[in-house]
Amino acid sequence: MAWVNAIIQGVLTGGLYALFACGLSLMFGVMKVVNLAHGDLAVVAGYVAIGVIAVTHIPVLWSFIIVVPVMAALGYALQRTLIQSALDRSVLTTLIVTFGLSVVIENGLLQFFTANSRGIGTGLALVTGAFTIGSQISIAYLLLLIFAVAVVVLLGLQYFLSRSKYGRLIRAVADDKEAAQLCGADYRHVFGIAAAVAFATVALGGIAYGMYSNLDPTTGTDTILLFAFAAVVIGGLGSLWGTLLGGVVLGVAQQIGAQINISDELLAGYIVFIVVLVLRPQGLITRRASS
Amino acid sequence: MTGRSENEQPLLEARDLVVHHGQLRALDSISLRVLPGEVYAIIGANGAGKSTLLRTIVGLHQPTEGSVLFDGRDVTRMRPERRAKQGIVLVPEGRRLFGSLTVEENLKVGATYARPGPWHIEQVHEMFDWMRERRNQPTAQLSGGEQQAVAIGRALLANPRVLLLDELSLGLAPVVVQRIYGMLPQILETGLTVLLVEQDVSQALRVASHIHCLLEGRTTLEGRPADVTADQVEAAYFGLAGAGPGPGPAVSPPGAGPPGERSER
Repeated sequence: MAWVNAIIQGVLTGGLYALFACGLSLMFGVMKVVNLAHGDLAVVAGYVAIGVIAVTHIPVLWSFIIVVPVMAALGYALQRTLIQSALDRSVLTTLIVTFGLSVVIENGLLQFFTANSRGIGTGLALVTGAFTIGSQISIAYLLLLIFAVAVVVLLGLQYFLSRSKYGRLIRAVADDKEAAQLCGADYRHVFGIAAAVAFATVALGGIAYGMYSNLDPTTGTDTILLFAFAAVVIGGLGSLWGTLLGGVVLGVAQQIGAQINISDELLAGYIVFIVVLVLRPQGLITRRASS
Repeated sequence: MTGRSENEQPLLEARDLVVHHGQLRALDSISLRVLPGEVYAIIGANGAGKSTLLRTIVGLHQPTEGSVLFDGRDVTRMRPERRAKQGIVLVPEGRRLFGSLTVEENLKVGATYARPGPWHIEQVHEMFDWMRERRNQPTAQLSGGEQQAVAIGRALLANPRVLLLDELSLGLAPVVVQRIYGMLPQILETGLTVLLVEQDVSQALRVASHIHCLLEGRTTLEGRPADVTADQVEAAYFGLAGAGPGPGPAVSPPGAGPPGERSER
């Protein structure tokens, strides 16, 4: 029964990892930018949420209403300035620039918020509580909520990309940005929108992580970025549902590792990551069969 | 002296364009005047600079010298997507469809920033009726000719004022090429101007109201198809000095005289 519990916990944590991963995957799929500051931006979103809650006394669960648009706007602005000017030089430059951004954010957070970790205290029974099945399986409402949010976000992303005008433009620009220009589309603007969407998802990821665990200035690169990477690679780049599958596989591997020996939690996750990388480098789900 | 008047206001004009690909001088002082309603054909062998010229006109290349004018306004520094919105629309070489999008989605991207005008998806479906039932197919499943049709449809949906066609016939069976060029009168009826690039000279001579031959980035011949002889075209196309009637390497058309500054070289 303990093993069943481990798997259930793993699946649910996978939702959180998918929330981290989908923005990273989107930015790589569209702009070919590997955003090394992705995790730090999630932490920034978490700190913004803490600040917003403290100042406006908005209900904790509703803080995303302010944080998500703020992060989306930041995403558009960063893409149109810093990241685009790096892209104009070369794709490799974006690695260096986003790495630099990551360092700046991390040290900025240390400077202003100290190294103390803090969580987004919810204080709600709904969030802190859990229900039990049998004697050994205990499911936290919060984790279930985060998983549901991840599924809703992925469904929304899929609908946005496949049905909306900007979703269509994003896919067109990802295919051939010169041909898109010939259709009148300014690919820099379209990139900005894709970045805004990616940052909106990372904002949700940061808030969710802040409620689930604690945030400190190094959480971004130590945990969130690495888990997002692993989930993307396991699931398959460019596939939305692949990120969910990747997150779930990573989460389950970690929980099973922890079940064997509590100190093997991270190790088990990365072993699966490396095995997938060796045996199926394109990931478990590939987006397109042809071309 | 028939047809083209030098006084008429051209819709699209290039003045002394010089374009470099790195060290290579791909275009050497090329000028052209495309009048409204015209089918202006640029012919020339591989590497003559035809595609470079079209890409410079739509803004995908920046010229080192010279300028591009559209409707009398200088658009040389305008970004490609702005030019497309103003009505300069290119069907690029190799079709360049969006591979992960369906037929319908490709058309919709073309219509996103459309000017007001006669072309809507319905009109494109009327012209290529197979597109209606195959709208949800990915474009990778289409034949070359069908892909070319989607590329043309995508461009028409922007409601261009001048449509630039780059090597429509490339890689297509002659029958398919005939069918696609057969659509041209229908397209022209809506008041479009066409500037096309073609390697197949006989095809170009058949459809064009004005031809312009390039050889290694220079103009070698210009005029109305009726006013140039096959020998002149051949000489201008291959650069065979002495093959034409004139003694020099540059063959002048007997029709409308080329602008003076150009025949100097």
